Amino acid sequence: MMLIPCPWCGPRNEVEFHYGGQADVACPRDPDAVSDAEWARFLFFRANPMGAFTERWMHRAGCRRWFTVRRDTVTHEIRPVGAEQERAVTV
Amino acid sequence: MSGSFRLAEGGRIDRDRPVAFRFEGRDYQGCAGDTLASALLANGVHQVGTGIRHGRPRGIASAGAEEPSALVQIVKPFPEPMLTATTVELRDGLEAHGLPGQGRLAADPDPARYDAMHAHCDVLVVGAGPAGLSAALAAARAGARVVVADADTEFGGGLLGSGELLDHAPAADWVRRVTAELARGPDVRLLPRTTVFGHYDGNYLVALEDRGPDALTRQRTWHIRAREAVLATGAHERPLVFADNDRPGTMPAGAARTYLHRYGVVAGRRAVVFTTDDGAYPAALDLWGAGAEIAAVVDARPEAPPFWARRCAEARIPVLPGHAVVGTSGEEHVTAAHIAAFDPDSGTIGAADPQACDLLLVSGGWNPAVHLYSQAGGPVAFDGAAGAFLPAGSVPGVHPAGAASGLRTTAQCLSSGAVAGVQAASRLGLEAAAAPRPETDAHPVPKGRPLWRVPDPDTEAPGARQFVDLARDATVADIGRAVGAGLTSVEHIKRFTTVGTGHDQGKTSGTLSTGIIAELLGTDPSEVGTTTFRAPYTPVAFAALAGRERGDLYDPVRVTAMHDWHVGHGAPFENVGQWKRPWYYPRRGEDMEAAVLRECRAVRTGVGMQDVSTLGKIDVQGPDAAAFLDLVYTNMMSTLKVGRIRYGLMCTADGMVFDDGTVMRTGENRYLLTTTSGNAAHVLEHLEDWLQTEWTHLRVHLTSVTEQWATIALAGPRSREVLARVAAGIDLDNAEFPFMSWRNGAVAGRRARVCRISFSGELAFEVNVPWWHGRHVWEALYEAGGPFGITPYGTETMHVLRAEKGFPIVGQDTDGTVTPQDLGMGWAVSRKKADFIGRRSFSRPDTARTDRKQLVGLIPAAGEGVLPEGTQLVETRVLPEPPVPMLGHVTSSYRSAVLGTPFALALVRGGRDRIGQTVYGHVGDRLVPVEITDPVFYDKEGARRDG
Amino acid sequence: MAPRTPGADLPDHPDRLWRAADPERSYDVVIVGGGGHGLATAYYLAVNHGITDIAVLERGWLAGGNMARNTTIIRSNYLWDESAGLYEHALKLWEGLEEELDYPLLFSQRGVLNLAHSLQEVRDGVRRVGANRLNGIDAEWLDAEQAAEACPILNTSPDLRYPVLGGTWQPRAGIAKHDHVAWGLARALDLLGVDLVQGCEVTGFERAGDRVVGVQTTRGPIRAGRVALAAAGHTSVLADTLGLRLPLQSHPLQALVSELLEPVHPTVVMSNAVHVYVSQAHKGELVLGAGIDSYNSYGRRGAFPTIERELAAAVELFPVFARAHAVRTWAGVVDVTPDASAIMGRTPFEGLYINCGWGTGGFKATPGVGWCYAHTIAKDEPHPLTEPFGLERFTTGALIDEHGAAGVAH
Repeated sequence: MMLIPCPWCGPRNEVEFHYGGQADVACPRDPDAVSDAEWARFLFFRANPMGAFTERWMHRAGCRRWFTVRRDTVTHEIRPVGAEQERAVTV
Repeated sequence: MSGSFRLAEGGRIDRDRPVAFRFEGRDYQGCAGDTLASALLANGVHQVGTGIRHGRPRGIASAGAEEPSALVQIVKPFPEPMLTATTVELRDGLEAHGLPGQGRLAADPDPARYDAMHAHCDVLVVGAGPAGLSAALAAARAGARVVVADADTEFGGGLLGSGELLDHAPAADWVRRVTAELARGPDVRLLPRTTVFGHYDGNYLVALEDRGPDALTRQRTWHIRAREAVLATGAHERPLVFADNDRPGTMPAGAARTYLHRYGVVAGRRAVVFTTDDGAYPAALDLWGAGAEIAAVVDARPEAPPFWARRCAEARIPVLPGHAVVGTSGEEHVTAAHIAAFDPDSGTIGAADPQACDLLLVSGGWNPAVHLYSQAGGPVAFDGAAGAFLPAGSVPGVHPAGAASGLRTTAQCLSSGAVAGVQAASRLGLEAAAAPRPETDAHPVPKGRPLWRVPDPDTEAPGARQFVDLARDATVADIGRAVGAGLTSVEHIKRFTTVGTGHDQGKTSGTLSTGIIAELLGTDPSEVGTTTFRAPYTPVAFAALAGRERGDLYDPVRVTAMHDWHVGHGAPFENVGQWKRPWYYPRRGEDMEAAVLRECRAVRTGVGMQDVSTLGKIDVQGPDAAAFLDLVYTNMMSTLKVGRIRYGLMCTADGMVFDDGTVMRTGENRYLLTTTSGNAAHVLEHLEDWLQTEWTHLRVHLTSVTEQWATIALAGPRSREVLARVAAGIDLDNAEFPFMSWRNGAVAGRRARVCRISFSGELAFEVNVPWWHGRHVWEALYEAGGPFGITPYGTETMHVLRAEKGFPIVGQDTDGTVTPQDLGMGWAVSRKKADFIGRRSFSRPDTARTDRKQLVGLIPAAGEGVLPEGTQLVETRVLPEPPVPMLGHVTSSYRSAVLGTPFALALVRGGRDRIGQTVYGHVGDRLVPVEITDPVFYDKEGARRDG
Repeated sequence: MAPRTPGADLPDHPDRLWRAADPERSYDVVIVGGGGHGLATAYYLAVNHGITDIAVLERGWLAGGNMARNTTIIRSNYLWDESAGLYEHALKLWEGLEEELDYPLLFSQRGVLNLAHSLQEVRDGVRRVGANRLNGIDAEWLDAEQAAEACPILNTSPDLRYPVLGGTWQPRAGIAKHDHVAWGLARALDLLGVDLVQGCEVTGFERAGDRVVGVQTTRGPIRAGRVALAAAGHTSVLADTLGLRLPLQSHPLQALVSELLEPVHPTVVMSNAVHVYVSQAHKGELVLGAGIDSYNSYGRRGAFPTIERELAAAVELFPVFARAHAVRTWAGVVDVTPDASAIMGRTPFEGLYINCGWGTGGFKATPGVGWCYAHTIAKDEPHPLTEPFGLERFTTGALIDEHGAAGVAH
């Protein structure tokens, strides 16, 4: 059971969180300007690395804020990302 | 007396408290403090069951949780399949019998209760033997919050069964002192009878506490988050592999020693001891001291250890170095050990000489219990001298200690435990020091020489009776066949032979089989490795893991403020998500169909009322609330005027309908959304996701208010008259209070927000009041409606009425593959807005197809009944051979009071172009002709909504 | 003495299985991944297309990934035509596979019961049964009473938190013994001269422009006329080395097994609503699977609460399981797609083929995948049954969304 560092509430059990997969996937600014293939990449294609992964979690049973961590998908070791990046995602 | 093999004194059992039990249909007596195994041995019973594949008699092969063979079925007090006799506490009235490898489940439900506990600590110490207690003491004295868990009924671990002295007094005295000090500690929790069975991410360990049949909860699962974990889990003595090594009466030397010191039982009168390890000698001497005859100590090594050889000589115990037991005699019980000269280097054996005995003690060395360490990600490495896999490397926050790390003497274990305790405390920033170590026996550190198997004198079927895994009846010959078939991986060989797959998961057989595989492959055990150590360390009952999450506690039950009224009025309930919603309200003698027809009629001709409090409600506030809603709904919400309400449709980014509901503008910067009952939490998460991570510039707050508002739908041509009787202050006139608007006012004396929303097509109101006034207002409306024949109705009637109007239900008429256009709701998709969630996806090739499945109505041919929901539709009157092309399926289907015919909604390929056509519903083996129609069946022009 | 315990003895494996091959420098076809799909693909390449110059490369021990970890359920009662066609093709192959491989696969057509616990699940079930029948797949709708007849230990009390309202029933569905399936294929391949190379991890690809011409491995480079991926949860890692992103996410999927018990459970029961599926295997152990853990992981372990939830559901549905014991839990890495359907076909790289995204449901498709994937590789064009499963569907929007009919698509 991972202990996930919520930046607002502190470390909490993983069962309190909702997983959001890859972080920083921006919706195309002008969807009409992208091709169907590019749109499909936004909709469905996500990184799936073995090892370090920058990913999103939402503290569902707590503050309900989305935040970003860097987690190793093999060891499950978690590190918070840098403060700037965190703000960008959780403002 | 509790058996003729029981000593008159000694041990930790209570001879003054005899315990009567029944085994294999015979009555016996043991003592309080016995296990079933020790009580059987005290009565001279060695055979417990039979082997699973060959049916050979099987006895007691350990004194603990590693037991591979003494499997019992508990009959009383409650049937329990496959426990090990070595871990069953003896209790009055216990009835059990041996197993041939398969257990039997009880036919009746388990009456016991189970529970879960959660704990946080600085240091969790697993195992309360010399290492664990030393660690706990060091950590507790340093001020750490400590939890100590041990599987046994009392603390002490191996000290309880060794007869050793600490500080010149019985070791149990030291155990008592340390335990008492720990118990006094302000932040120490002692958990005897508690097996830590799994290690999970972040030092999260899970344990099972066995509280016994008299406790309120029979067992509890402990979830322990530990900052540091000391794993003082001990070691299991390794048996030796020789022909007929499975006969009852054969057991590890250490187990016999435990039966002696812990239970006061001498397991036999005349013993042969067969060893490759010094550790068997003290066991032999202790049994000799207790009056047993030791026929011989057979040491497979060329030379016996001088220290112990001297002690044996003093006791006149014959020691035979360079010998091995190569076979046994006996049927239900060993009667002789066949001893032969043996050269471990060449593997040659001499002629066998049977030596009579009723107890055969074996010792092949010790396997540290590295299970939890390995689960924690700790690597294990084969140690040639120990002949075992030992913890290697390191895992932050995890400290193997004592025998679990490969140490052999009590002195070593005490020291290593203290070091682990100090280390754990130090990592937490606590100042820690090891307590002075108690003085121990000055015995030399035991040494051993791994011996994986003794040569088999049987040359016809070599290895066929040399058992490696007693639980699985797997032999050296089986491993030989696996290797001969070309297998080289320990995982493949495990699966081929089933070694290590029994209830014990190979605790005593794992390392042995690795050694034998290595020999057969001509490689080193380190190359072969182990199979993976997985939780649980010992078997755990399903019910213990299910805990309290049974029955009504399986999942929260959500009910509305008016729930008890519905119960009182006889409504059966439909589960909608976690909510209980009234399904219909049958009157005496009515079935569901009759009730629903009556309820529908009431709404169409008079007035009905429904509890719709379960609809999700989200309060949206902020200067950018309007802009936000324009992005999340397919239609425009920013143009909605305060006081007005608009129907809204939400899509996911891939353009599929996700949810729908109403949006009411309650202020310039404030809206209240409703969602479908089952989807409220998902909608909130969806909105939060986009708001927090994509549109971070928008100043909007979202608050779930589902349980703040109780909501009553009042529907039917007489609804205005009913409402007027209890809402005198609200002008209900059409002009003043038009359709799709809301007004604040008092209803039945309570502050209320009344909406003109209709899901039935009739004149209708929705009355929202604070949750705790729900029941009062509901009853007031019911009373006010009395003269009009007001009829409460449930979800089924609501479904019929909305279907007559062609209103889809998201999740019933859609399935995640349906666009707004498919539903014929293109009118709710804005063409003016620059963007909204899902818009871009509408123009993808497949989504833009014009022959997609579309929502249409169906009318079955005259005389046909209601089509089952889910019915598939086909084009042809006669079924061709499969696969039959399908046009779509029936999503909703009902009998209609007002239409006078059954009708349905369906998703049909290119459906809107097929209106007027006849297609066929595949019902059972029949094809039912149905006409495709517009999905709006009733009051197409919308004349009824204003009453 | 004769064995006393029914089911205690499984049929013996043959005395000869496969030789552990060392890799050669070049093959006509290299298959990356020695699980069920990789082995079945090699088998049908050899048998249907006469291609035997094949290496199956396995990074660990043969069939040691999800093939060794799945709960062995076989069924074909999928909702959509595309899925039904493929899985039914697989089921028909299963029905002859034991004989064809001359290996006791313990294929037991004991029926699979998919439970419905809500009115919507009833509608979905009836819909799926109807679709199955029109697709020529055996399927029946059972009400709660009939479900209890199919599985007498099932708790059909209306007092359950989520009562059983009925279920879909596929009589021809069932289970097989996963290791036996893999080993039967491996033995056949060994006889056909195919190299089964274990302990050989593919670390990258050899390319000539946009053509893949071989693989780099921990045992050196290997040239290949064609390279076929069959690496399940690790597909993304391989594709990443080519800069090829796939719509896959790898998740832990946990399962567990009980001690051996006398026969109590005659069939296979699955419940998506409460996320549990259970059968009693041949030796007598109960085999249970859970829902996937939510997060991406290659760690082959999940969280404990997933197991607790699963067992709460199991004991709710089967009160007699209360004192059965979990003796082992484990996890695999499953590759999940956005529409819960697999991806099969060609890739933007010539000579490279993919078969992935089977999520929790790959075992049952094993022979069907092998048949169709072999066709795709041999002919360099998708097999008609798998054509809809290409990558293009994510661009056009023509998803094969099996979420609705199979929340956990086992």
